[in-house]
Amino acid sequence: MNTAINKYYYGDIPDGAGDNNSEKKSSTAESAWPLWEVFIRSKQGLDHKHAGSLHAADAEMAMENARDVYTRRQEGISLWVVESKYIHASNPDDAEMFYEPASDKVYRHPTFYDLPDELKHM
Amino acid sequence: MSIHDLEKAFQDKIDKEIKIEPKDWMPEAYRKTNLRQISQHAHSEIVGMLPEGNWISRAPSLKRKAILIAKVQDEAGHGLYLYSAAETLGTSREQMVDDLLSGKAKYSSIFNYPTLTWADMGAVGWLVDGAAILNQVMLCRTSYGPYARAMVRICKEESFHQRQGFETLLVLSKGTKEQRDMCQEAINRWWWPSLMMFGPKDSESTNSDQSMKWKIKRKTNDELRQNFIDMIAEQIKLLGMTLPDPDLKWNEERKHYDFGEINWEEFWNVVKGNGPCNKQRLAARNKAHDEGAWVRAAALAYAEKRKNKLNNKAA
Ligand SMILES: [Fe+2]
Ligand SMILES: [Fe+2]
Repeated sequence: MNTAINKYYYGDIPDGAGDNNSEKKSSTAESAWPLWEVFIRSKQGLDHKHAGSLHAADAEMAMENARDVYTRRQEGISLWVVESKYIHASNPDDAEMFYEPASDKVYRHPTFYDLPDELKHM
Repeated sequence: MSIHDLEKAFQDKIDKEIKIEPKDWMPEAYRKTNLRQISQHAHSEIVGMLPEGNWISRAPSLKRKAILIAKVQDEAGHGLYLYSAAETLGTSREQMVDDLLSGKAKYSSIFNYPTLTWADMGAVGWLVDGAAILNQVMLCRTSYGPYARAMVRICKEESFHQRQGFETLLVLSKGTKEQRDMCQEAINRWWWPSLMMFGPKDSESTNSDQSMKWKIKRKTNDELRQNFIDMIAEQIKLLGMTLPDPDLKWNEERKHYDFGEINWEEFWNVVKGNGPCNKQRLAARNKAHDEGAWVRAAALAYAEKRKNKLNNKAA
């Protein structure tokens, strides 16, 4: 599909518009710091929740960067960081096959059971 | 499924307000548009630190200095959230940084204007962050999940930016004649460039607007610009200052403020790299990147060494 988008928004200036002649340089030659995922427990008693990701050379730096990037306003009391490559994700294309079997097991839900109104505390 | 069916299923999802996530199928043009927009947005946050960083060491009090540092640090954070969101579309951080440093990638032109006096810190917070907020609030509902989530986080932090800017001007507006003049002059300098932040007029667009259809964007440039003008034209009354536009006038029929013509030649000139500070901004980013090279290399070497030590122990 080839769609011409020629209306430019804030933060959306097309590649062709304006050019300049600084010479090309590259930092890709340096090897890159790996990507980490950050999870934050916002307060005692709650689960850790995914907050975002960042780059760091090692776990210690990932932890410090996570503190600076994601908890500048006391957003958390506990942090987990894990290198992104260790996360295995389900495939959205398989979602139907993967989750479908659960949808015909309505008896897993309490509302499936028709019980007399007189029955209390259940 | 054929490409046509995939595209239809994709548009159905968008129409039903279902967010698109990184591993979902998406049209190539959708991916590219998001990638360009998110990375430019990230670059804008990063370069945006420079005009304000300029005043950290010269802030008039310790309180103002602490506030300014906190704001600039937030902008660095915003850049990082956005780079992460862009990376989910299949580019690398290094590639984006390279494109910024080489001048290939664009960032918001507003940051190519200089900050000449302390009052500019107020005007930038109030007008520049104010304009950015209108855009970003809208983007909290953008269709690409990682972008929308980054925006929610950013919007929570932005309102302090705008408030501290207005307060800075408010204090100056109650000061000596010199301070009041400084306040007015900063507003005069930043008003028109702030209006340009919303981009060209809607009428400049001839094609149907794909970004709206894909719900990447939910309001047009002119709508957002009008919202901004209506808001600022009221707020400025509290400062007892004026906006530098003789045509600015409430239109009872439209229930909006009318305003004068924007200098689009200046806009494109700055986009093309000929603004007052384009060269300076890129030079500053390049310098920081070059001077940080040894730190990046050392951190990597240290991580490598520790990993080897651990492995040797395990063996
Ligand atoms: Fe920001
Ligand atoms: Fe900001």
